[in-house]
Amino acid sequence: MSDEILSFEEAMEKYDPVLGFEVHVELNTATKMFDSAPNEFGDTPNTNITPVSLGLPGVLPVVNGKAVESSIKLGLALGCEIAPVSHFARKNYFYPDTPKNFQTSQYDEPIAANGSIDIELEDGTVFTIDIERAHMEEDAGKLTHMGGSAGRIQGAEFSLVDYNRAGVPLVEIVTRPIVGAGDRAPELARAYVAAIRDIVKALGISDARMERGNVRCDANVSLMPKGSTEFGTRTETKNVNSLRSVERAVRYEIQRHAAVLEAGEKIVQETRMWHEDTRETTAGRPKSDADDYRYFPEPDLVPVVTDSEWIERLRGELPEMPAERNKRLKTEWGFSDEEFRDVINAGALEPIEATVAAGAPASVARKWWMGEIARIAKEREVELTETGATAETVVELNKLVEAKKINDKIARQVLGFVVDGEGKPADIVEKRGLAVVSDDGALSSAVDEALAAMPDVADKIRAGKVQAAGAVVGQVMKATRGQADAARVRELILEKLGVEG
Amino acid sequence: MSELIKLSAAELAEKLKSGEVSSVEVTQAHLDRIEATDGAALDESNRAAGKAGLNAFLHINAEEALEVAAAVDKDRAAGETLPELAGVPIALKDLIVTKGQPTTAASKILEGWMSPYDGTVTQKVRAARMPILGKTNLDEFAMGSSTEHSAFGVTRNPWALDRIPGGSGGGSAVAVAAFQAPLALGTDTGGSIRQPAAVTGSVGVKPTYGGISRYGVIAMASSLDQVGPCTRTVLDAALLHEVVGGHDPKDSTSLNEPVGPLVEQARAGAAEGGLKGLRIGVIKELSGEGFQAGVLSRFQESLDLLEQAGAEIVEVSLPSVKEAIGAYYLIMSSEVSSNLAKYDGVRFGLRELPKEGPMTIERVMAASRAAGFGTEAKRRIILGTYALSAGYYDAYYGSAQKVRTLIQRDYAKAFETCDVLVSPTAPTTAFKLGEKNESADPMAMYLGDIATVPTNLAGVPSISLPAGLADEDGLPVGIQFTAPAHEDARLYRVGAGLEAALNTKWGAPLWAQMPETESLIRDFDFGGAK
Repeated sequence: MSDEILSFEEAMEKYDPVLGFEVHVELNTATKMFDSAPNEFGDTPNTNITPVSLGLPGVLPVVNGKAVESSIKLGLALGCEIAPVSHFARKNYFYPDTPKNFQTSQYDEPIAANGSIDIELEDGTVFTIDIERAHMEEDAGKLTHMGGSAGRIQGAEFSLVDYNRAGVPLVEIVTRPIVGAGDRAPELARAYVAAIRDIVKALGISDARMERGNVRCDANVSLMPKGSTEFGTRTETKNVNSLRSVERAVRYEIQRHAAVLEAGEKIVQETRMWHEDTRETTAGRPKSDADDYRYFPEPDLVPVVTDSEWIERLRGELPEMPAERNKRLKTEWGFSDEEFRDVINAGALEPIEATVAAGAPASVARKWWMGEIARIAKEREVELTETGATAETVVELNKLVEAKKINDKIARQVLGFVVDGEGKPADIVEKRGLAVVSDDGALSSAVDEALAAMPDVADKIRAGKVQAAGAVVGQVMKATRGQADAARVRELILEKLGVEG
Repeated sequence: MSELIKLSAAELAEKLKSGEVSSVEVTQAHLDRIEATDGAALDESNRAAGKAGLNAFLHINAEEALEVAAAVDKDRAAGETLPELAGVPIALKDLIVTKGQPTTAASKILEGWMSPYDGTVTQKVRAARMPILGKTNLDEFAMGSSTEHSAFGVTRNPWALDRIPGGSGGGSAVAVAAFQAPLALGTDTGGSIRQPAAVTGSVGVKPTYGGISRYGVIAMASSLDQVGPCTRTVLDAALLHEVVGGHDPKDSTSLNEPVGPLVEQARAGAAEGGLKGLRIGVIKELSGEGFQAGVLSRFQESLDLLEQAGAEIVEVSLPSVKEAIGAYYLIMSSEVSSNLAKYDGVRFGLRELPKEGPMTIERVMAASRAAGFGTEAKRRIILGTYALSAGYYDAYYGSAQKVRTLIQRDYAKAFETCDVLVSPTAPTTAFKLGEKNESADPMAMYLGDIATVPTNLAGVPSISLPAGLADEDGLPVGIQFTAPAHEDARLYRVGAGLEAALNTKWGAPLWAQMPETESLIRDFDFGGAK
């Protein structure tokens, strides 16, 4: 049974949304957070485990130093303060995906806190999102519910558990409440999660593949009546595993909250599960601030102590952040705001950057990747970089065009042959004999033939209707199967008819 | 009875080195002694026959122990250089995980569980080529001071079979006290090595927190647990401590410093003039009120001997130790409630299905825990869960941590003027089985830990050694020395010095006065407990 929802527009007329995000990032360390089991995705269930991952009697955790470094880097990239001393704590709850029946996490002393990040929306509007904290913890195992419908726990006969993921290092990034996004809230949600994904990818600390759960978002939404400053009751939507879902889930929850509030009812503080198939949320378990996890300091671990030398070394290792990089590239390439945004949205930034680095002008790179290659990618339903076209392909095609060996039209054909696996552009041009005919002798006779076949047109041109030359050029191109240099053909026509171009 | 079993580990090591005896002979002699005195736990046929005895062992590892012994003998015969204690057998508290033998923590919830890995101390014992005789009895998950909370029957005190052997490590203490093993390993969270040592007339050491790896030792209360030696002599304890001590990268709380030299200090302490100039602080709060008269007179006797040996005896006050029991039971039970959460019937151990109603995961977990844990374990899990609950955390766990800090400061202050501190190990000698158990007030049993828990809270090392027999009941009394953190060596020096003085006074070790175990068992009415 679906919940009642209000239209987004109506919801926005009456309410201001308040957002909050908890984004979990799985780190790509070689081993797990507290033991030496491999941190690998997709292996046979329950093979990437040690007695520690299984929480067998007697085992003890040891903190993964690499994971700490990754967490510090992420904290620095988010403008956070790095704690000189931070502690692990135990979050106690019984659930079979958590082998020890507690999760080792950080509670009141996280590794990083008090940061902020600027998020730029598509139209250039910038929101600053405050980061409350980023803390280290371990992932849980993965439960698969069997015998029920659609893998849900309701109605399942039994569940299987895979502990390969148990103990995988996580950093949880928690924002402060985000007020004032208004009707941009869903868009901002998407942009925020995208920004986090791009940052962890740039830092190289996560594989950052949302479809694999490397970056997972829990989205908190509440509404307050327009003009109010008192936050409403929030819900926390889980299972939001793509950028598109983040935007849709936030939008849906705003609409659902609005309908509940409009009906004079109260929002139940609970977790909601997002279902991409129906694009709805359903009630998860009730959650309240009184949820008692009986946190206490993890007695099996010693505090994580940092010093400024270490932190500064890590700061020095930080790569350029995606937002800065974008700004720099836009300037270097001389793209307009709109052009650059399109490039980003098309996922063409990296290919263009690589193409420019390989020696093509930015405008040419953009023309190819946003044009013919994008068309092929769309047609074949693959990513730009999966088309078979590379930076080198574009550079070579451009060289051939610039040298007037081929024209644009032929170049596009050559690209088609490249992605079909026929080889490199120059070889294809050679093999298929596609080089432009710019030999005046051959062209001259072709022009003569065309003019002889079109005496009326020739007369018009002689009479000063220069634009009529296009028809003759077309005829010559046809006769030469497109391989003629069109500009030279036009010159020859005008020359022969004694007209000034 | 073979006289071999009366020898200390140090003596056995010498005889093994010289080739006078073989490890197979030594190991077999101890297995025979276990067979003759341990009773029901030995094997199924003994159990069926209702054969009663000390019940110090939960599992006997005879076959593997003899294989290891034979291999050691072979290598020795081939002229190989072997570790100091190679061929000397040992018993392990059944809280220490071992491949190839069950590990139960004396709990039904782990009955039949076989660990796929060895604990670090187990590995070190194996690397030292010491045959492992078996796994010893304890209070369930080491929770108790009498071994009565074992799910597999009580262990009996070889000095008087109707008396408790102490706890939680009653099995390890009895195994060495009754010559079933020359050496054993125990664990000490609030006195579980030292109090059993005191009431069985043996030696027990709780090292500095972090001195011996806890990896592969089933956790009771992580911030308090320490592995340590159970032996009949101070020198043996030093020898074993050097085998199992030292840094372990698998235990984050493990100290990154070399262990020792402990054996050297034990030898130095026993030598003439070894205690000269040592300043020993008598802890005022732990040597008077509430302590049995016979305990205090043996304690005073030892202080006199120490003084005669050239040590200076002064009185010190540790005002916060009066609060130690309260703080200990809050911190310990809080950690217990979390450490024991993993025993839920899902991945290993006992799984009990609910008798009726829906078969949900929560109900299976609840049924397994209800059936698998004993009363004391449940009591502490509930206490700890309560102490950590929102709204109570500050009042209970938080306050207890503050007391812990005060106790640490008290010790630090006392060590500014003293080299070591001293007190009786326990306020009384061994009480009667059942006397302070279920039906009685559990607080009565908890208070027996008054002298031992403060050092666990402070993380400092302590040793307990026999100080004689109490006049009123003829049962062993223990004396406890405590040193600053990292100064375990001092314990061996002062312990060996006092031991030498006492042995001279008695003309023999205290165990020479212990009744002969086999006839004690023959004459004892085990009654319903059989």
